[in-house]
Amino acid sequence: MTGYILRRVLQAIPVFLGTTFLIYFMVFAMPGDPILALFPGRSPDPAVVAQLRAQYHLDQPFIVQYFIYLGGILQGNFGLTFSGEAINDVLARTFPVTARLAGLALTFLAISGILVGLVSGLRKGKLFDATSLAVSLLLISLPIFVIAFVAQFVFGIQLGWARTTVGSGAPTADLILPAVVLASASFAQIMRLTRASVIETAGLDFVRTAYSKGLSRGRVIPVHILRNSLIPVVTYLGTDFGTLLVGATITEGIFNVPGVGNTLFQAIKRGEGPTVVSFVTVMVLLYLVVNLLVDLLYGLLDPRIRYVK
Amino acid sequence: MSEPHPTERRAGTRTMDQPLLEIRNLEVGFQTQNGFVPALNGIDLTLMPGQTVAIVGESGSGKSTTAHAIINLLPGSGRITKGEILFEGRNLASLGDREMEDVRGKLVGFVPQDPMSNLNPVWSIGFQVEEAIRANGIASGKDVKKYAIQVLKEAGLADADTRMHQFPHQFSGGMRQRVLIGMGLAARPKLLIADEPTSALDVTVQRVILDHLATLTRDLGTAVLFITHDLGLAAERAEQLVVMYKGRIVESGPSREILENPLHPYTQRLVAAAPSLASRRIVSSGQKLSEADYHPPTSARGMDLIKAAESRAAKNEIERADDSAIVVESLSKVYKIRGEKGEGRHFKAVDDVSFTVQRGTTMALVGESGSGKSTVAKLLLRLEDATQGKIMIDGADIAHLGGRELLSLRRKMQPVFQDPYGSLDPLRNIGNTIAEPLVVHRVGDRASRRKRVSELLDQVALPANLSTRYPNELSGGQRQRVAVARALALKPEIVILDEAVSALDVLVQAQILSLLAELQSELGLTYLFITHDLAVVRVIADQVCVMKRGRIVESSTVDEVFDNPKEEYTQGLLAAIPGANFEFGR
Repeated sequence: MTGYILRRVLQAIPVFLGTTFLIYFMVFAMPGDPILALFPGRSPDPAVVAQLRAQYHLDQPFIVQYFIYLGGILQGNFGLTFSGEAINDVLARTFPVTARLAGLALTFLAISGILVGLVSGLRKGKLFDATSLAVSLLLISLPIFVIAFVAQFVFGIQLGWARTTVGSGAPTADLILPAVVLASASFAQIMRLTRASVIETAGLDFVRTAYSKGLSRGRVIPVHILRNSLIPVVTYLGTDFGTLLVGATITEGIFNVPGVGNTLFQAIKRGEGPTVVSFVTVMVLLYLVVNLLVDLLYGLLDPRIRYVK
Repeated sequence: MSEPHPTERRAGTRTMDQPLLEIRNLEVGFQTQNGFVPALNGIDLTLMPGQTVAIVGESGSGKSTTAHAIINLLPGSGRITKGEILFEGRNLASLGDREMEDVRGKLVGFVPQDPMSNLNPVWSIGFQVEEAIRANGIASGKDVKKYAIQVLKEAGLADADTRMHQFPHQFSGGMRQRVLIGMGLAARPKLLIADEPTSALDVTVQRVILDHLATLTRDLGTAVLFITHDLGLAAERAEQLVVMYKGRIVESGPSREILENPLHPYTQRLVAAAPSLASRRIVSSGQKLSEADYHPPTSARGMDLIKAAESRAAKNEIERADDSAIVVESLSKVYKIRGEKGEGRHFKAVDDVSFTVQRGTTMALVGESGSGKSTVAKLLLRLEDATQGKIMIDGADIAHLGGRELLSLRRKMQPVFQDPYGSLDPLRNIGNTIAEPLVVHRVGDRASRRKRVSELLDQVALPANLSTRYPNELSGGQRQRVAVARALALKPEIVILDEAVSALDVLVQAQILSLLAELQSELGLTYLFITHDLAVVRVIADQVCVMKRGRIVESSTVDEVFDNPKEEYTQGLLAAIPGANFEFGR
């Protein structure tokens, strides 16, 4: 087990280097001069510009800049934003908010997707199944910002059940609506995957054998059908985490959630290289960690691929 | 069938007891896209307490449907449309879900067909046995585990207490089947339905398991409804036989009577085609059979087999000249595997194997699963490289052939694999499938390929219009014919048949075997025939190599091996052929 984890962590190193390099390169290649952009509408003192360039290592060749930046990350220092705040502090402030939002969304997603998928799969071809398939098709077809605006309008303005924008400090109650919107983007996939998986499992021989042993439906469905059907669903949840992060960037913007996605969005608009690279790097790391966890969980769910022995 | 009424005979013994199970005029059908399709058309069947009755028939005859109908576990859209299933006088067909749950497991146990797919892979063996015990209220609390161990030990799992926590994939097929038998009998049901309980297992394992099942059910006084496609096996294991054909019972009565004197034409065909019985017949009563009244066309094919075997023996005498198509010299294959603690270990799948196959003859490679026979096939086809040893095809060493030469080797040597469902691409029509080797090897143009395809279809006795159909529209036997046609497309000299008939029903098996025999004499093919089933060896092969744990333990002509097996292992294999110790014709 430890050997497996070690191997996976080692595998993550080239992925980490590759992604940071690519992102850094792309930000470097963006048009415009970030230093000049700091002085809109006037020409700054060349001495000041030169000093700033030196401070941010912008006078060095690209590859040197990259390695200086990488060295900083390895020491746990992501550098400064252009407004002079430590990026570490910004991350520390915004991350917990996004974590709560993503956690809530993931919970909604797992519960609703798996439950609806299970019932649909068991009642294949019946009214419930047809309805949920139609609804999920609708959700797949709509871009997430459309769902967000509609939800904002209906639940926030018309019905007044929730606030349209998240207040300061991002109380969890305010995050429910954005979380539901975020979850809805992946609901269809999870629900359909569960449904297909349940239909397949329910037709397998060991399910009939379970019934033939005298077990009741109340026992066979959760223990033999659902349990086995969850294996592909859990794997999908892991890979879908990326979609969730992208969705969070859009959803946070619309609901004005002071989280990672929103900050990243602003930084991209301002062309703040170090901030963008740092945030994306952290997201990549998070994605790698989540997928490692999912793979380990996969081993727990399916004894056939339990790692080493 | 022109004769709808079952040919009934008086049972040898009459009991005063009330029957345990009485099925009256049972009709079952399935709702499909093409409307309602009946599967059972009025089944009548009686089973006394403690009695063993076997239902025999080919796949699709409705024997499994009958079993599933009894415990009300018909798959998908199947339902009972008419008739009664009386179990101790209670009609199971009219019970609700809850009442049925109490019948299953507790009164009627079920042992399913395929041990590989009938245990849930994500739960431990112990968990699955214990849940059956709890559901039937046999034990509670700590006693459940104790009872589970007892049940598994009874079923022949000696080290049950230490292996309880292991998962199905850590058990062999035979061991899993023991677990399933243990579960089926856990609640001491009065009736055990065994649906082809051993057809997925090797013959030797099959015999051990069935012997054990017979002892166990006799000791517990359990009645057994034994379902099988193998007539020899049924006759050996049950005192009463029920023969099913197309959803009807065509014949029933004492096993011996039916085997010796089958009345219904279908039963006669079945008796004639059963390889386990046929292999006996070639020596013992071949004469007697040729006098018997046969119904064409299948029974005639059964005769072809015997003739082919005889003429082959004659031909062999003449062609003794050394003209070897395949020479294998001290061949070994070592695999790296992961040991108990995850450390690397070496596993010798093939160990110092040598044999020679003469041109135009058939060599059978026999052994249980895991004996290394399929690995030999892979090495011959150069799908894998040998660790040691030499393989000469037509006098040329194949070990270092590259690109072009390898391609021409493959042209000379073609395989046919076991599973006719898995070895054809479902998205390609039959014509394209057969023509594919021609395309790969750039033989001919479009028109000549099409001509060759219809020629091949004709050779394997399939209609030419089949070329535009897809594999899912074909039966198992037709598919295997297609696989043979594909193998013959390049006019190979050598065909490697890896369990090519193992997955087929007996009647279809007989057809494919005689097709292979015909093609051999027509085209002068050399066969390497790999099988676990000694029964088919006798009708198809000239030479036999018996493999055990990667080594050849015995190698000789077919007749010598059958009449005079030297190794204990070979004797075991021979004795395990179902029906082999059934004295045919008293």
